[in-house]
Amino acid sequence: MNKLNFLQPDKNNLNTYLYTGVILVAFSIFIVFLNSFFNKDIVSFLPGPISFFLPLILGFIGLHLIRIDYSGLRFLDSINKNINTNNFNAFLSLIIVFVVIKSLPPLLSWFIIDANIAGDSKDVCTGSGACWTYIKIWFNRFMYGMYPNPEQWRINLSFIALAFLGTIGFFATEKFKKYLTLYYVVVYPLIAFFFIFFFISGGPIFFDFSYGIIAAVISIIIGFFIPSKFKMYYFIIVPITLYILLKYVFFYEELIELGKLEALEWVETGAWGGLSLTFIVSFFCLIFCFPIGLFLSLGRRSDFPIIKYISIGMIEFWRGVPLITVLFMSSVMFPMFLPEDMFIDKLVRVIIAISLFEAAYVAEVIRGGLQALPRGQYDAAKSLGMGYWKMHILVILPQALKLVIPGIANTFLALVKDTPLIFVVGLLEIVGMLNLAKTNPEWLGFAMEGYVFASVLFFIICYAMSKYSYNLEQKYKTER
Amino acid sequence: MNIKKILPQLLTLLAVILIFGFFSYNAQVNMENRGITFGYGFLSQESSFDVQFSLIEYDGSHSYFRAYLVGLLNTILVSVIGIFFATIIGVVVGIARLSNNYLINRTAAVYVEFFRNIPLLLQIFFWYFAALRALPLPQDTEPMFGVFFLTIKGFFVPAFVWNNLDIFIYSIIAAIITIIFVRIYARKKQENEGIQTPVLSISIGLLIILPFLSFLFGGVDASVEVPVIKQLSQSGFTYEGGIKLPPELISLALALSLYTATFIAECVRAGVQGVSKGQKEAAASIGLTPNQVLKLVVMPQALRIIIPPTTNQYLNLTKNSSLAAAIAYPDLVLVFAGTALMQTGRAIEIVSITMLTYLSLSISISIFMNWYNKKIAIKEK
Repeated sequence: MNKLNFLQPDKNNLNTYLYTGVILVAFSIFIVFLNSFFNKDIVSFLPGPISFFLPLILGFIGLHLIRIDYSGLRFLDSINKNINTNNFNAFLSLIIVFVVIKSLPPLLSWFIIDANIAGDSKDVCTGSGACWTYIKIWFNRFMYGMYPNPEQWRINLSFIALAFLGTIGFFATEKFKKYLTLYYVVVYPLIAFFFIFFFISGGPIFFDFSYGIIAAVISIIIGFFIPSKFKMYYFIIVPITLYILLKYVFFYEELIELGKLEALEWVETGAWGGLSLTFIVSFFCLIFCFPIGLFLSLGRRSDFPIIKYISIGMIEFWRGVPLITVLFMSSVMFPMFLPEDMFIDKLVRVIIAISLFEAAYVAEVIRGGLQALPRGQYDAAKSLGMGYWKMHILVILPQALKLVIPGIANTFLALVKDTPLIFVVGLLEIVGMLNLAKTNPEWLGFAMEGYVFASVLFFIICYAMSKYSYNLEQKYKTER
Repeated sequence: MNIKKILPQLLTLLAVILIFGFFSYNAQVNMENRGITFGYGFLSQESSFDVQFSLIEYDGSHSYFRAYLVGLLNTILVSVIGIFFATIIGVVVGIARLSNNYLINRTAAVYVEFFRNIPLLLQIFFWYFAALRALPLPQDTEPMFGVFFLTIKGFFVPAFVWNNLDIFIYSIIAAIITIIFVRIYARKKQENEGIQTPVLSISIGLLIILPFLSFLFGGVDASVEVPVIKQLSQSGFTYEGGIKLPPELISLALALSLYTATFIAECVRAGVQGVSKGQKEAAASIGLTPNQVLKLVVMPQALRIIIPPTTNQYLNLTKNSSLAAAIAYPDLVLVFAGTALMQTGRAIEIVSITMLTYLSLSISISIFMNWYNKKIAIKEK
């Protein structure tokens, strides 16, 4: 029998230290467990402060006793290495364990045990827990806003179709792989637009845009047959001319009639809302802000002074102001800048405002990627005789964009998290709907449930997005 | 100069001028139709609306300009509080993220992932409408430490009542100036003779002793005014005396600091991880103690990585404080771009002033950051 020194446990009396320590730690956890789950204080005979700190002291001594280096027991070594390296760490670990045990029962009882979900009125919510009935009853409103109930299949159908069309990339065969970029950049957004415009809205609200879309499609198709030398000027001039021709010469009124689907009831954008509006706004802003940001970042690094300073001005302006003032501007100031008879729908104004705002952030992120590329890449591309656009599309941008995937993902996340701000112009997406529901006199006092529900939804969406971007980053990582 | 260089620039310029011209022409026509004349003269008119929480004296008889100042000061107040707490939480969590203790590490990671993946507006609503509404009424409140009262109507804290406050402030300024001189002297001494002076303990001593002397000899006197409960009506109670922090301010500051702290924590983590291991080993091998390694080798290099993104986060926090409008905390956006705009109807002037305020704030900070980055950048030889 070696001499026991409880201040410095060592390997010689491993078993003695180990058993004493484990028993002490287990006892301390047991005390807290009983206290929190069964509301029983077995050490209450001790004076107040001592009984309060007793588990902490016992656990601390126990952890001190089992802190033996190279004990030869795998489990003990891993505990010592991970949560018990020194006194301070042992203390913090104990506090974390105790806090978790202590907070489990109230959380469990609020979320599950004392919660109610049955029934369809407020009366069933008598327990002290959450009232999930409230979420159940209002679920449709939280998802679709004020969109009329019988028409909600239109939103569902559109989203299912879009989600399906969005996954086409995974199933494409080798032969079609090279068209995927074109599909995702041009065709898919167009399909999405038509779905949302014809299906969800069902009316001629912003119909002016469809001339523009037709013009864009026709000019892209013709664009394939134009020699590349003139392409840049072609893409500036032809769509505008086509648009004017289409709108004022060929189909002045006829196309509007053509575009209407008589069978569908028109639902104004003011009635859209809930989570589906969150998706619609984030989707369009994502699509628009990326190309705008790309051009702004290229403009900022351009050799042409006028383009450079205009881009700098744009970027710094949008980055310098809070989004809420931008939305204020789009709702109260922007109509002053338009002709009396011209009216742009609220939702469209919001989408334009958020896109421009986020585009400035995307531009700065992409600029970081462009700056990170070594000069040699530019020189090599130029020495092959490539022009500005060819160099950027084929050499620079693929490498630069790969570098900035995390940054762009962060910007997109910020965009999704910024969508609730559209309450400023009176559009109610899910957070706005929650605030509306909570002021309903029939359902007062359930604010907490609503916010917890929305938080969980947003957490799932944003966390999934950030994990996906991490995967993307790993996939396109190339060693330099 | 060839045509290929000039044409795109001219086209862009033309487009920008056309858009601006279109907008300003329409604005002119619209304003003429509504009978409004453009101008900033309204700023000196009487505002005739009240603001519930203001740092300077203000009521309806003051001008719109004063309302603007009230809003601006409230924005600055909540930003400063938010930045203060966000920095503390962020640094603690960032260091916890680096801990080799698995439990601490995971707890910090869960906190970061959770709070930064939920929209800030939702968090503000949660604290304001759900969490703080669960607080007790003023008459049922148990005081914390006998002097703090956390109630549904706000947080009541004791206020200091000062005599000869200016002398106290002078003593603190004198202490700071002395500390600067001591530092210069200590650095010189170290460079010339290699002897280190305990600057930190001297500084702390100075900061305590000089204000203490001002109490003894300067006639400075401070007493504490504790809030006292007062009955307004049959069931209405409130506290009098002390300082009242409205629940809007508390929930806004809480949400802002908890949200921004997650980003600051990531900045801190990236900064400390960015210092290469070789640096620490090299420092240890020339005989520096662990504390010296941290102070002289790791921190200076880590701070170089940490400070620029953290400043950006401070800026973001200040801009995000404009979400105050959602819970009626009277900040710049709510008071000026909200109430004042509704009353005067001068959309262009008011929105432009509000935007310019934020813009000048962020541009001045980014100019400062550029200067700072240039100053601390590693000078390679």
